[in-house]
Amino acid sequence: MKFGLKKFVLILFFIGLLATPAAIRWWTARHNQNAALDPKTALARHGFYFQEVSHASGVNFVHQGPTLDHKLDPIMPEVASMGAAVSIVDFDRDGWPDIYVTNSGEGSKNALFHNNHDGTFTDVAEQMGVADMNRPGTGVSMGAVWGDYDNDGYEDLFLYKWGKPELFHNDHGHGFTRASDTAGLPPWINANTAVWFDYDGDGKLDLFIGGYYSEKIDLWHLQNTEIMPESFEYAKNGGRKYLLRNLGNGKFEDVTDQVGINSHRWALAAAAADLRGTGRPDLFIANDYGVSELYFNDGTRFHEVGEQTGVGFAPKSGMNAAFGDIFNHGQYAVYVSNISENGVLIQGNNLWVPKEGTSGNGLKYENLARDLGVELGGWSFGAQFGDLNNDGNLDLFLTNGYVSLDRNRDYWYDFSKIAGGHTSIISDARNWPAMEGRSLSGYQHKDVWINDGAGHFDNVAQSVGVTDTHDGRSVALVDLWNRGVLDAVVAHQRGPLLIYKNTVEPENKWIAFDLQGSSSNRSAIGAEVTLFWNGQKQVQEVSGGSGFCAQNDRRIHFGLGRDPKVDKAVIRWPSGKTQTLDNVSTDQLYKVQEPL
Amino acid sequence: MSQVTMPAVPAPPHAPSKRALIDSRYVAPIFITCILLVGQLTFGILESYPRTVLAIGTSILAELILGRVFLNKWPHPASAYISGISVGILLRSPAYWPYALCSLISITSKYVLRIKDRHIWNPSNFGVSAMLFLAPATVASLSIQWGNYLLPMVVIWVLGFVIVWRVRRLHITATYVLSFFAFAFLRSWILHEPWQAEVAPITGPMYQLFIFFMITDPKTTVRSKRGQCLVAFLIAVVETVLRFFQSVYAPFYALFIVGPIANAIEIWFDSRRKQTTTAVVAKTA
Repeated sequence: MKFGLKKFVLILFFIGLLATPAAIRWWTARHNQNAALDPKTALARHGFYFQEVSHASGVNFVHQGPTLDHKLDPIMPEVASMGAAVSIVDFDRDGWPDIYVTNSGEGSKNALFHNNHDGTFTDVAEQMGVADMNRPGTGVSMGAVWGDYDNDGYEDLFLYKWGKPELFHNDHGHGFTRASDTAGLPPWINANTAVWFDYDGDGKLDLFIGGYYSEKIDLWHLQNTEIMPESFEYAKNGGRKYLLRNLGNGKFEDVTDQVGINSHRWALAAAAADLRGTGRPDLFIANDYGVSELYFNDGTRFHEVGEQTGVGFAPKSGMNAAFGDIFNHGQYAVYVSNISENGVLIQGNNLWVPKEGTSGNGLKYENLARDLGVELGGWSFGAQFGDLNNDGNLDLFLTNGYVSLDRNRDYWYDFSKIAGGHTSIISDARNWPAMEGRSLSGYQHKDVWINDGAGHFDNVAQSVGVTDTHDGRSVALVDLWNRGVLDAVVAHQRGPLLIYKNTVEPENKWIAFDLQGSSSNRSAIGAEVTLFWNGQKQVQEVSGGSGFCAQNDRRIHFGLGRDPKVDKAVIRWPSGKTQTLDNVSTDQLYKVQEPL
Repeated sequence: MSQVTMPAVPAPPHAPSKRALIDSRYVAPIFITCILLVGQLTFGILESYPRTVLAIGTSILAELILGRVFLNKWPHPASAYISGISVGILLRSPAYWPYALCSLISITSKYVLRIKDRHIWNPSNFGVSAMLFLAPATVASLSIQWGNYLLPMVVIWVLGFVIVWRVRRLHITATYVLSFFAFAFLRSWILHEPWQAEVAPITGPMYQLFIFFMITDPKTTVRSKRGQCLVAFLIAVVETVLRFFQSVYAPFYALFIVGPIANAIEIWFDSRRKQTTTAVVAKTA
C-alpha cells in the first residue's frame, strides 16, 4: 500500500475516530452544565432550590456503622456498608410529618424526630421506646417501614435488621409497645428491605421482608468466612424472603412458600404497586448480584415474571425500587439503581418503562434510562420520584457513594480482581484483599434530575444546592412543613442525616391527598389517586416502603405547573371502591376518608 | 483486549479442501459464534443483541469499503465478522455508539498501522484497548458477566483445547498460564495479599477466552515456537508490572504493548535476513 492521498485521508479518518470519545465527552459536558447554587437563578431556571437545614432544624444525627465479626476486619468498610435509613411517619397524627432514622453501631440509638411545627424537630425516640434497637446480641437496624397493622388509626413500626426484627405497636401516639414476640416474626434475618402492603385485599396490612445475607448467618459470630455472594451477578445464596400474612390479631402467618415466592437472591430493595390495574399490588424486588424480580399478584399467589416482562434478564447490582408515572400516562415506570464506575464497571441504572401497547398480564418493560438521561449515577443507592418543582412532572432524587475513606487510594482494582474469580474464591471473605483505608466509589455527587416533560431528565443537583458528597443510602421525599412542596431527607452511611428544605417557584401549583382507609387498611397503603388536569393525568399510590430502606410521606403530592385546570381526582381504594372528587382546588391538602 | 481469534487451521488460501465439510475460513467464526451463543443463552453476557449486531455490521461494512478502496478487492468478511463479534462480546456499554466506533477503529487500524504491509496489532485488541483507555466513562470490558462458575469454563476449555491442540499452539497457552501463576504468587508474596485474590482473575471465564483464543491469534503472533513462548511469557511479565500499578485491564494492555513490539522485531529480523540472503545470492552470482 503506497502512501498517497487516499492513505493520508485514511490516517486523518483514523485520528478522527480516536478523537471521537473526547469530542463526545466535551459535547456532553457542554450540555450538562451544572453550576453552583444561586437561588434566584435556580428558581428562574429550574423552578426550585434546596437548602440544607438539618442543624437549623435541630437535627444533629450522625449514623454509626456496625462492627461485625473480626474475621471480616480486612473488608469491614465494604461489608458493614448499610444501615442508614430514613422513613417518614406522622406517628402522633398531629398533621405534621415526623422522621424516623436508623442507626447501626452496636449500642447506638435510633432517632424519632418529632415535628415541632416551627421548623424544628425534637428526638423523642427514647421516650417513645423506639431508640434502643441496636443492643449487642440483637443485631443492628437496617431500616424501618410504618403501617397501621391493627387498623387503630395509628402507624405502627416494623424494624428490619441484620438481627432480630422488631414490631412495635403505636399506642395512639403516646408511645410504642413491643409486639415482636407474639407477632410470629422470623427469629433472625439479615434484611435490607421490607414493605407493608395488603396483598390479599382483606383490609389488613401484610408484610414482605427481603433477606440479603442468609438468615442462617450471625454476622457477629461467624462460623466461617464463606458469607459472600457466590457470583457477582448470578448469586442465589442470599437471604430468604418472607411474606407474612396479617391474621388480624397481632399475629402474622408465614405464607411465603404457599404464595409462590421462593427466592434466595440478595434483595436490597422492594416496592409494591398495582402495575396492571388489577386492584392487587404487584411486587418488584431489586436484587444485588443478580437480576431483578417482578411478581404479579393474583391475590392468592405471586408469579415471577421478571424475564417475561423484560426486567429480569440482564443481571446487575440492584439497590433501589421506586415507581413513578414519569410521562403522565397513568402507568408506572420503575427505577432501579446499579453501579457505574468509570473505566471499571458501567452497569448503568435502569428506568423500566412500560412498552407502548402492553398492559395487564402482557405488560413488558424497556429500559429507557439512557434515553431519558438517568442512567449514570455512580455507585447508586436510594432514589425517589417526586415533583420537586411542582411543574406537573415527576423528578428524580438519587443518592450515591459507597465507601468514602482515603480520597487518594482506591479499592476498585482489587474489587474487580476478586469479583471475576471463581465462586469458591469470591464467596469467601478471607480471599478478599484488605481495604486498608481505601475508598470504593467514595465522595460522589448526588443527582437531582428534573423531568422536562418532553422525555428528558437534566441533572441539576449542584445548581439547586445538593452538593454534599457523603455516602448516601436512603432518601425520602416529604412535605415537612406543610407548604405544598417536597423536601428531601437523606440518610448517609457513617454520615449525617441531611434535610434539604425545598423552595419552589410560587406560581407552580400543587394538590396533596391524605387518605385514610375504612374497609381498606387504615393507612390506605395501596390506594391509588389519578389526577386529571390540563388534559393529562398522573397516577400515584400510597406506598408502604420504596426506594432503598426508605418510606416517603404517606400523603400523595401532585405538582400541577402554572395556571392548572384540574378536572377531577379519582381515588381507587384497596377495597376496590372508586371515589371521584370533582371541583378540587389547587394548593390544598385534601384529607379523604374511604366511604363506607 | 485482543481479538478472540481462533488459530486458523492450515488450508488452501481460497478454496475449501475437497474433504473438508466446510471452508476453513468459516471455522473460526463458527466457534466464536458458538461461544457467544452459549454465553448469551446461559448467562446473558451481551449488553444486548442489537449492540452486537451493530458491532458486527459496522465491522464488515468497514472491511468491505476499506478493502475495496485500498486493496482494490472485496475482502472475505470472515475476519471482519470475528473482529465485530469480538467487540460485541468484549465491550460493555449501555450506549450504542461505542460498539460502532470500536469496530471502526479495529478495522481501520488494520489499514493504517502496518509495517512492511503487515498489520502488527490484533485489530480488536487495538479497538477495545483504545476504547477502554479513551472512553472510560462509557465503556468497560466484559468481566463478571459470565458468572463465576465452572460450567462456562468447561465449555471454553473444551473448545479451546480442541483448537489450540489441533493447530499446535497449546505451548502458548501453557506458557502464559504457568507464568501467570508464578507471577500471581510473587505478587501475593510481595503485596501480602491472599494468593487466592491474585489467582482469582484466571479462574474466571474471561481469562479462558484470553489464554486460549486471544494470545494465540496467528496473525499477530510471531512464527517461531520459542518466540511464541517468549512473547507469552513477556505478556505475563508486562501484565504483572501493570498490576502493580493497579491496572484493571492489565492483560489486555499487556498484549496491546507486547504483541506489536514482538511483531515489529520479527519483521525487522525478517527484513535483515532477506537483505543478507539477497546480498549473499548476489555475491554468489
